[in-house]
Amino acid sequence: MDRFVFLTFDGLSNGAVYAAFALALVLIWRAARVVNFAQGAMAVAAAYAAYSVTQATGSYWIGFAAALGTGLMIGALVERAVMRFVGHANPLNEVIVALGLVLFIQAVLGMLYGNEFLPSHTPFSRNAIEVGGVPLLSRYDLFVFGAVAALVLLLALLFTKTSTGLRMRAAAFAPEVSRLLGVNVGGMLTLGWALASAVGALAAMLVIPTELGLNPHAMDLVFVTSFTAAVIGGLDSPPGAVTGGMAVGLILSYVSGYLGSSVTPIAVLALLLIVLLVRPGGLFSATVARQA
Amino acid sequence: MTLQKHLIFTALGGIFLFAVTQQLEPFRNYQLATMAAYLCATAGLTILTGLNGQISLGHGALMAVGAYTMAFAQNGIGNLYLSLLLAMLATTAVGAIIGVAAARLRGPYLAGLTLAVALAIPAFTVTFDGLFNSEQGLPVSFTPPETLPIETWQALTAGGSALLVMFLLANVVSSRFGRAMRAVRDNEVAARLAGIHVARTQVLSFVISAAPAGLGGALLAFLAQNVSPGAFSLTLSLYLLLAIVIGGLGNLAGAVWGAFLLVALPDLTNSLTEGITASPELARKLDGNLALAIFGLTLIVVMLVAPGGLQSLVQRISHRIRKGRNHV
Amino acid sequence: MTEILQVRGLVAGYGAAPVLRDIDLTVPTGSIVTVLGANGAGKTTLLRTLSGLLRPTAGQILLDGKDLRRVKVERLVRLGMAHVPEGRGVVAELTVDENLRLGGLWRNDVNAAVAEVYELFEPLAQRKRNAGHLLSGGERQMLAIGRALVARPRLLLLDEPSLGLAPKITAQIMALLQKLRTQTGLTVLLVEQNARSALSVADSGVVMSLGRIATATTAQELRNAYLGS
Ligand SMILES: Nc1ncnc2c1ncn2[C@@H]1O[C@H](COP(=O)(O)OP(=O)(O)OP(=O)(O)O)[C@@H](O)[C@H]1O
Ligand SMILES: [Mg+2]
Repeated sequence: MDRFVFLTFDGLSNGAVYAAFALALVLIWRAARVVNFAQGAMAVAAAYAAYSVTQATGSYWIGFAAALGTGLMIGALVERAVMRFVGHANPLNEVIVALGLVLFIQAVLGMLYGNEFLPSHTPFSRNAIEVGGVPLLSRYDLFVFGAVAALVLLLALLFTKTSTGLRMRAAAFAPEVSRLLGVNVGGMLTLGWALASAVGALAAMLVIPTELGLNPHAMDLVFVTSFTAAVIGGLDSPPGAVTGGMAVGLILSYVSGYLGSSVTPIAVLALLLIVLLVRPGGLFSATVARQA
Repeated sequence: MTLQKHLIFTALGGIFLFAVTQQLEPFRNYQLATMAAYLCATAGLTILTGLNGQISLGHGALMAVGAYTMAFAQNGIGNLYLSLLLAMLATTAVGAIIGVAAARLRGPYLAGLTLAVALAIPAFTVTFDGLFNSEQGLPVSFTPPETLPIETWQALTAGGSALLVMFLLANVVSSRFGRAMRAVRDNEVAARLAGIHVARTQVLSFVISAAPAGLGGALLAFLAQNVSPGAFSLTLSLYLLLAIVIGGLGNLAGAVWGAFLLVALPDLTNSLTEGITASPELARKLDGNLALAIFGLTLIVVMLVAPGGLQSLVQRISHRIRKGRNHV
Repeated sequence: MTEILQVRGLVAGYGAAPVLRDIDLTVPTGSIVTVLGANGAGKTTLLRTLSGLLRPTAGQILLDGKDLRRVKVERLVRLGMAHVPEGRGVVAELTVDENLRLGGLWRNDVNAAVAEVYELFEPLAQRKRNAGHLLSGGERQMLAIGRALVARPRLLLLDEPSLGLAPKITAQIMALLQKLRTQTGLTVLLVEQNARSALSVADSGVVMSLGRIATATTAQELRNAYLGS
């Protein structure tokens, strides 16, 4: 029973990260109808930037800020310099270009930092706080929940309450009309990519210290897991991404807790397969848009 | 008619292969064999992505299926040709399973699913380590013939297999079924109206594409005399995709270009890095990564500048030269 | 300077063959000018070119004497030119209120401008929180025109506002255009299939045919020629 409680909290903590990363995928999907397969690699690049800054300054928090800033910049750069020029004749084009980015970014990181795992620290203890003799969750888990909750809140405010959010939604839904109404649609697209990339960077900062450490491939599995979460929620739906992320986090926590952690990737595959074949609309999406 | 043409090409290719393997030094023969192994996989993927419009990031995983089957068969029975055949059969079966799921998915969803397949491969070998022996992998034993240098024998075996694959796939491309595949790729609704069974065509395309990938994986295991999950990482799948995109989607000749690049470029960058850097630390970091970076960059640039790939670029340039001449 | 818009020798199209050939058009400030023509004559293409959605291959477009060729589409509305596109362009996923605000997000007085539009179109005020896709055709047209007015334009390009509307509603819209012209000095370039409605309010008009201006004259003469009264 203790173990179940522990696994539940651990799963929710991981789920919060998957939710954030899935949100980033949904952001770009809504803005550009692209699944950004390079998001994991982009997020890792931001985490490496944080590593360097923390090394230089000795401060976790300056590094943390650097990760978010780098995330914004990488996102904007990828949209401005690459994605904007991809032809739409074939829907596979964007996927293939994003995969090219994965190869490129990971290789550049490997050249700069090497392919070994670098140590990655947390700003708070990861030892679980015991409540009535039962280890529940750690200070770091609380930090993760807080960060993701703040993120969700800020994004919700941005999109529903600000004029920039209104512009971003309009540009995604009706680009041509939005231009006629004075919206800088290209700028909104860049902003969407930048935001999503920063959100991905945040997720990477939160999750990497809880796994093996920093490595060019550190987010590969997180990407697929979060993609699964986003698909469960329906790629179009931010609340779906959050719920999907939490659900996937829980399921994987139980799987790895009771069956062994090596089974996790197989469980992700099985989960994705089941969702794709059984619930083609996602749980939260109004449309059946699997045939994108 | 086309069958005859393909037969003649294959026969010429066989003679050429035989002549070349006699001339090359052992290391080059080994590289030739590696290229032939990759060619099986790139040719298979070309059929799937280029001709049928389905993307797969799981072909590296299919190669792993072929490679592990090869190991089991070699260590159990020990007949090379039977092992290669079994590897193809096993991969065909797995390909059919993935293909059934794939036929219901499109674009990014299919890419995501096959990506998950690629990432699950190491997990399978660890979870069932009694069978696959985790990360260490399995040896692949065989007895080389006494009359030939081993690399020549490897190049002949792999090259011969690749020729066979190219011959069979070329006939698929020009067959009725090949036309059905293209029709489905171009417009599913129109294909359905024309009486083509879309889902069946897609599943069958996946199967036809999986079999040579399995053979390629088996050949890689045969060349390395060993099989481990590290050799079949996601990067391998991305490599294959890259190879067919650069070579030219949907073009079997492009698959040859791609396979050639996969062997030649790392070789080139390795000699480059060895030449320019003194520090072993830097050389270690550059090793492999430089080739990957160039691959990634090339993939992006090709998609932006010449989505038809190298093959189409060559065609375009030669077309332009011919046109230019006519003008003069 | 009495003409707000001047077009000279305009050539534009989608592929190799131009759709618009050698268009000359003058729109006097404070007038209502209508563009008539059969299906496929090039009316929509003309408006899209004026707004910069299509780049002309030759010719000049002058707004207040300023050449628009290098101006970005999204800047035009700030220069005083608003375009209600064919099919109205209501963003189905946004609410009525959001659609309206979108019309003038860059303005400091956007709230006041939106409030004025609610006064002008009372049915919209009752449906502020409804998503665009829930509106009727007439409400959509009100929303599209209202949204353009939020920008407080001096020149309004309208592409077939009467499309799919009952004659009564069409008449209301035409009356509104006339009212706006007299009250605020708004200039209107009105593309219409419905020549009778358009000519009821227009001062002058042009008839397009196969991408050219076939006739350019006063509304009175066009009424005589086309409506036979
Ligand atoms: N996106 C496009 N690509 C290619 N050709 C187009 C495009 N849009 C319109 N055309 C062509 O340009 C010509 C003019 O079309 P346009 O839409 O301007 O006509 P219109 O006068 O607005 O007609 P309607 O009254 O039916 O709206 C037509 O021959 C049409 O086929
Ligand atoms: Mg029109």
